[in-house]
Amino acid sequence: MSRKEIRITGFGGQGVVLCGHIIGHAYSIDAGHEATMIQSFGPEARGSACSTSLVLDESEVLYPYLQDLHILLAMSQDGYEQSKDLLNAKGVVVHESDLVVPDLKKGQKGYGIPSTRIAEEIGRVIVQNIVMLGFFAAVTLLVTKELWESAVMDSVPAGTEELNMKAFQAGWDHFEENYGDGTPKKETVETAF
Amino acid sequence: MKADPLGVLTGAHYLDGDFAAGEGAMAAGCRFVAGYPITPSTEVVERMSRRFPMMGGTFIQMEDEMASMAAVIGAAFTGTKSMTVTSGPGFSLMMENLGLAVMMETPCVLVNVQRGGPSTGLPTMTGQSDMMQARWGSHGDYEIIAMSPKSPQESFDLMIDAFNLSEIYRVPVLFMMDECVGHMTEKVIIPEPDEIDIVPRKLTDKKPGEFWPYEVNNGELVPEFARAGDGYRFHTTGLTHDYRGYPDMTVEGQWKLVTRLMDKINKNVDDIIRFEEEETDGADVVVLSYGITSRVARLAIEKAREKGVKVGVIRLIVVWPFPEKQIREMAKKIKGFVVPEINMGQVVLEVERCAAGNCTTTSVPHPGGGVHDPETIVEAIVGAAK
Repeated sequence: MSRKEIRITGFGGQGVVLCGHIIGHAYSIDAGHEATMIQSFGPEARGSACSTSLVLDESEVLYPYLQDLHILLAMSQDGYEQSKDLLNAKGVVVHESDLVVPDLKKGQKGYGIPSTRIAEEIGRVIVQNIVMLGFFAAVTLLVTKELWESAVMDSVPAGTEELNMKAFQAGWDHFEENYGDGTPKKETVETAF
Repeated sequence: MKADPLGVLTGAHYLDGDFAAGEGAMAAGCRFVAGYPITPSTEVVERMSRRFPMMGGTFIQMEDEMASMAAVIGAAFTGTKSMTVTSGPGFSLMMENLGLAVMMETPCVLVNVQRGGPSTGLPTMTGQSDMMQARWGSHGDYEIIAMSPKSPQESFDLMIDAFNLSEIYRVPVLFMMDECVGHMTEKVIIPEPDEIDIVPRKLTDKKPGEFWPYEVNNGELVPEFARAGDGYRFHTTGLTHDYRGYPDMTVEGQWKLVTRLMDKINKNVDDIIRFEEEETDGADVVVLSYGITSRVARLAIEKAREKGVKVGVIRLIVVWPFPEKQIREMAKKIKGFVVPEINMGQVVLEVERCAAGNCTTTSVPHPGGGVHDPETIVEAIVGAAK
């Protein structure tokens, strides 16, 4: 199926929207497909749950809202709780493992990463979302690693490229070390679509 | 002429519809925006106010929407391409000065990122319920141009068209977005400046003393322009006026002016209307929609075709003026029109009027806050095919 639906949740300030922005950028501009992102607009400026949704497709996205969620990227428990019922029976949860305890239904898969801790080790907790993105990129392989990196470079503030690339690589490596055998596997999420 | 490179952010961007509309305006040469920022249109002015200093543009946050529209008229008469940006509640407040802009024949663009109404309604949620207000909102008889983009890319492309049409006909162009398109982020390709055609202000080459602000040459309908400050004597007013711009409150004066204001649009409808048409030949049902609804309708059309219904598509890009001639002809060949829109039935009234009983017209209403469930449109299509 060419239509793929992704929701990213977390608390305000975690970089939920930038994370979605880079996914959409990578899939549409870098990889040449279509990606429509819709942000939630509500009183979630700082601290409470917020989310953004993406619909990916090979041609124009006709229905921009979620119909059948395939991948849920959760950076906070609240965010996970608010969106978990949308996830389809074979859906995939990618989560911040120190902050989110997913309760997966039979058939759903989960992949966790302590992205906040890793970002602290890199030196700036603010890049937590990019660590998470690197991990998400390795889990999903929606586009090649080179295209993911190009989207990150295009989307982060000037002067922070090196830090963000380090964060992205750390997330990518975490997947390889904990879930991979050195070769990326596309089938990790394919069953969800 | 071609676009000023200073305003053109050439390249591939991942932008929301509001940002894309702002980029389109800057590429079109807009260098003055006055507004009273309101959700869901705020990002348009946010973008422009940040980028304007790089190209010598001016953004003024005004005290309200009435003043915003007045400032836009003033700026336009200095020769500057000018725009204001609002949503439903502000659109209502702008109606009086929109009439003034029409009467003074002011080239300008008014962006309305529509949300659910009436009143403050649904600030963060989508709607298309200002479409008849766009047509009839200010008092008196006049014709106007209103367009409705379906995507961030079209918000960019069409905005250039909006500014160009406002210059050609010296009329405000209403840019009727909806919250869904405004807050939707997608790929937007911005071309090179020399690939963007810009219509400059039609300045007079007459000398001061020979120029009259509302004089039209034989057969023409749009007067030449003199910028404030260029040394021409200039008078303009919201009162019915003669070729000199002086009040002429007579029946004859009213006939002459109102007729010309309407004729300059009505007699050029074929050059102004823009719509996409697909598979209408041999169709039993034609779905007519605009803006975000045209995309959701497309999903329903595909499902209806799977059920064996012969469905054609009309997507209005310019909604006003309406492609009356085309709809009248089409009505004679099909069983029915289906018109989904995120309002309780507005443009459908125009479709019904033009269909003139030659086929059925089915409204698929939605009060706002979201887009249609495609199944409701499928049902209407199947029903209209019977």
